[in-house]
Amino acid sequence: MTTFADVRSRLARPQQRKYLPLYATLALLALMYGSGVVQYEAFSDPQVVLNVFIDNGFLLVVAVGMTFVILTGGIDLSVGSVVALTTMVSAALLEQAHWPAFVVLPIALLIGPTLGFAMGCIIHYFEIQPFIVTLAGMFLARGLCYSIGTESIRINDPFWTSMGDAIHIGEYRISASVIIALVVVLVAAYVLAFTRFGRNTYAIGGNPRSAHLMGLPIARTRIGVYTISGFCSALGGVLFTFYLPSGNSLHAIGMELDAIAAVVIGGTLLTGGSGFVLGTVLGVLVLGLIQTLINFDGRLSSWWTRIVIGVLLFAFILLQRLITPRKR
Amino acid sequence: MTEAILTMSGISKEFPGVKALSEVDFRLLPGEVHALMGENGAGKSTLIKVLTGVYDIDQGGIVLDGQPVSFSGPLQAQHSGISTVYQEINLCPNLSVAENIFIGREPRLFGHIRWSVVERRASELLRRLQLDIDVSAQLGTYSLAVQQMVAIARAIDISAKVLILDEPTSSLDAGEVQQLFRVMRQLKDEGIAILFVTHFLEQVYEIADRITVLRNGRRVGEYRTSELTLIDLIGKMIGKELEVLERLEDRPKRFQEVDVPLVDARELGRKGAVAPFSLTIHKGEVVGLAGLLGSGRTEVARLIYGADRADHGQLAVDGRPVTMRGPRTAMAKDIAFCSENRRTEGLIEELTVRENIILAMQATRGWTRPIARRRQDELVDRYVKALDIRPANPEALVRNLSGGNQQKVLLARWLITEPRLLILDEPTRGIDIGAKAEIQRLVAQLSDGGMAVLFVSAELEEVLRLSHKVAVLRDRHLIAELPNDDSLDVDRVMETIASGAKP
Amino acid sequence: MNTVVKHRLFWPVAMLVVLLLSNLIFTPTFFNVEVRDGHLYGSLVDIVRFGAPLIMVALGMTLVIATGGIDLSVGSVVAICGALACWRISEQGDQNSVGGVLVAVALALGLALLLGAWNGFLVAVVGIQPIIATLILMVAGRGLAQLITDGQIITINSSPYKRIGGGYLWTVPVAILIALAVMALAVLLTRRTALGMLIESVGGNAEASRLAGIHSRRITLMAYIVAGLCAGIAGLMISSNVSSADGNNAGLWYELDAILAVVIGGTSLAGGRFSIAGTVVGALLIQTLTTTIYTTGIPPETTLLFKALVVTIVCLVQSPAFRAKVFQGRRRRPAAPPAGPTAATTEKVEVPA
Repeated sequence: MTTFADVRSRLARPQQRKYLPLYATLALLALMYGSGVVQYEAFSDPQVVLNVFIDNGFLLVVAVGMTFVILTGGIDLSVGSVVALTTMVSAALLEQAHWPAFVVLPIALLIGPTLGFAMGCIIHYFEIQPFIVTLAGMFLARGLCYSIGTESIRINDPFWTSMGDAIHIGEYRISASVIIALVVVLVAAYVLAFTRFGRNTYAIGGNPRSAHLMGLPIARTRIGVYTISGFCSALGGVLFTFYLPSGNSLHAIGMELDAIAAVVIGGTLLTGGSGFVLGTVLGVLVLGLIQTLINFDGRLSSWWTRIVIGVLLFAFILLQRLITPRKR
Repeated sequence: MTEAILTMSGISKEFPGVKALSEVDFRLLPGEVHALMGENGAGKSTLIKVLTGVYDIDQGGIVLDGQPVSFSGPLQAQHSGISTVYQEINLCPNLSVAENIFIGREPRLFGHIRWSVVERRASELLRRLQLDIDVSAQLGTYSLAVQQMVAIARAIDISAKVLILDEPTSSLDAGEVQQLFRVMRQLKDEGIAILFVTHFLEQVYEIADRITVLRNGRRVGEYRTSELTLIDLIGKMIGKELEVLERLEDRPKRFQEVDVPLVDARELGRKGAVAPFSLTIHKGEVVGLAGLLGSGRTEVARLIYGADRADHGQLAVDGRPVTMRGPRTAMAKDIAFCSENRRTEGLIEELTVRENIILAMQATRGWTRPIARRRQDELVDRYVKALDIRPANPEALVRNLSGGNQQKVLLARWLITEPRLLILDEPTRGIDIGAKAEIQRLVAQLSDGGMAVLFVSAELEEVLRLSHKVAVLRDRHLIAELPNDDSLDVDRVMETIASGAKP
Repeated sequence: MNTVVKHRLFWPVAMLVVLLLSNLIFTPTFFNVEVRDGHLYGSLVDIVRFGAPLIMVALGMTLVIATGGIDLSVGSVVAICGALACWRISEQGDQNSVGGVLVAVALALGLALLLGAWNGFLVAVVGIQPIIATLILMVAGRGLAQLITDGQIITINSSPYKRIGGGYLWTVPVAILIALAVMALAVLLTRRTALGMLIESVGGNAEASRLAGIHSRRITLMAYIVAGLCAGIAGLMISSNVSSADGNNAGLWYELDAILAVVIGGTSLAGGRFSIAGTVVGALLIQTLTTTIYTTGIPPETTLLFKALVVTIVCLVQSPAFRAKVFQGRRRRPAAPPAGPTAATTEKVEVPA
């Protein structure tokens, strides 16, 4: 459409284009935080932001994994179900089979990457679209959840419950999940910026055909990102149980949408090849702040969260559309 | 004489229905720029793909630097010393310049990429190519010319025996072309053998030491540039038909131009596609568009049909100005367009022969008025017989037909709409001789019956056989309009192309 | 025999028959259909009746997928429409007034059309990838549904409304009649007019279709509008059956079942040829699967596992790469078309690859 082409050509110089969505997110964040501080006294307390991290640590980890996948131009719909499966398996092994925590933890962390690896292989070698394959993975994981049990299983293991305790730094509280999540973010950022694997991820997302012709290890990279996403989902599941010590097949329903929203709002292009883990962190912050603002307000029902997220998604997708050069 | 660094002998490659390469010999000497030339379908790209390991060969052998080689893929070819820079720059525009040069082989320390080293070495490489740019900037922010340099830098850094440049100048302006040539001369001096694929004639004479011409999958010959005149080169590329085609009774009679032209294009142009041109087409007239590959023939055709929007000039149909908003406007004026990319822009491969044939007709009627099945069958049968489409099964899937028959299906689609102007873009390309003759005969018949035809073809003989007048194109400019009288022959057209370089 | 087996509907129908028969083993009276109190009763009737909403949504989805797109928002639209209708009726003085019910239904369907048009606008005019464009409504729509119901389950007591999903007409459940009517309409529209062929053309090659004079944009827009409308009707059926609207859970993940039904029925996700009959078989298959699991005593939790298995098998079999590797053994190098410009592959579904 002519109008879009016009706007597109008037936008920022090409040099800065790749950072544009990130700036937009920062601006949005500043706006939201600012309006919160202005409206509510208690909002300026740094604990408010820390609480966002406490409440969304697991989402952040999952979204980081999703970032890898989306950077290659793919998508992973199974993350929420893997989170739930991890919680169920952990809870079942801890409370029903009475296995010790140090045995259960590694097992729990293995489920996600195993499924991720399998999905990555099918996507790459059989050339089936990621949407469908990860959809099947979602059914599979959720189905396994249900077969383990339909009731909630409370986790009483001392190690687990201790991980959910607040950690006090000065007058502020955080939780172990927050620290773990931040470590994951740092590791992911490093991998994406300073390792061949990370750079190949961007290359595949930017132009898969060129990447192939340049001789890059596409199979390894593509399967790798789905395995990473699976691991992040598993870790997210474990962090979830630290936050909410129970295993339940109904956990994390819809979390994949939140993760995708966080990644998109964080400035990563859904078409792949462009985006930063830092952006995902901002995206999670945005989502968390929406909920916080609504809670503070008290008047709006929390259903508005979904609508606002939808509107933000639309705005960011539109922005992405404007700055991405049309193919051909 | 120096030893050839690359020798290809007796290379043959066949695809279902088409022999792309027949016993082609080819050699590259180090420190030389060797141009590979030929029209579309001559086999140039197949030869390159064979050389770079994308295709394997049916017959023949390749010897590189004294060793016989056979490549299983582009990566292996690269490691052996053959690097290619394609026309569609195969880099990642979302990554930085330096990164593109080194991706997949970045210098590391215990797995940690040393960006400072990457950027330093990238700068050095580019400076060697006389390019001084910010290597940390995104590749996509630079012009195609610069991107190409980056691709070349990557290519020679990886392996420096043979560098293949596939149509590198198509999107460059004059200054950028000179810059590229400077770099090529420098690399030549360093001993690299450069294979230069292009269709630009003057450029070949400016930079190439040797020329190999391919035609219809065969090697016509290898020549030193200094020993081959431009006319001879054009002749070898286009050539006279080796096979004898059915001769039409007589040359189309001199055309009496009736007052109001059916289509009158005045200074019609589109930036980046073709410079403003003026052309008239009259009822019953066959206008041929001649020119080499890349001269803008398809672009002219698409502008007249409205497949692309013109940003300059005016188009009049039946004497009244028309804004071509798109194919539907043209169809409403009884103009039909048979695209040269029949597979990507013409046929719907999943549909049957019958559905493809009635598609345009159905489109004009809208979805609410379906053509009755009986009438469909009747019409389709008629055209299948008239054009001798094989297999004569209207329910066959179009994707399973041979190229020639696919072309006929596409032709049938437009003929069935009974247009007043039929635009045919390369209708006989990639088709066997028999089908070619049929289509040519058909065009003559249609014109006799009063249909105007705009006929685009790279085969000059064909254009001359059918057209009442020939519009000659070169480098995106319409440089001449020649009436097809007795003085017009292939040589004269070639001379026009050779000499006519409109600024 | 070969032509029967090769027919693309063979495997789905075969699977359906197998499932139905296995039900028979457990419940000998499974195939019994009788008329009681002027109503048609029987397990088979139940399958079709409860499967009717899914058939509706899947029909709309078929058209969208045929144009090379996808619609993830249908589940949300189902919830929104049911919620809107129930809310409107609950606000009325007399919930049993037919006029009032008709107004509510009209409102809900009108909104469904609007939402479908919104999706179509994003895809056809703005040019956003279908999966992303419909994702927006999937997320926001759920919120909208919850907003209308205010997080509660709106219960109503309206017999005219109840008839839509739970009523009977001439002994046949109304839901089945509606499904049949829409199915018939779909078949009529797509096969009796040229619309079906034009849709297949657009899905097969949008650019070639444009050059042939087809209004590719208009057709794509229409497909999404129809999908929205179908989802709306399904929403009304579902909420009327239980005389309530649940903004949170209605239609949850319905789009996935719909996509599954379409894919099973033989329509390719890449667009092009589609089959209404195939989709109906696919939807019935999914419904029968759920029923079979229930009646044979297999824990219902395994439904999802079975679905996962079915999706995987169907998609693997549909994938040419899979067939090549498994059935032909060797890996052939891709041979591009010779002589002439290589065909640029146009991304059709534009699902992130």
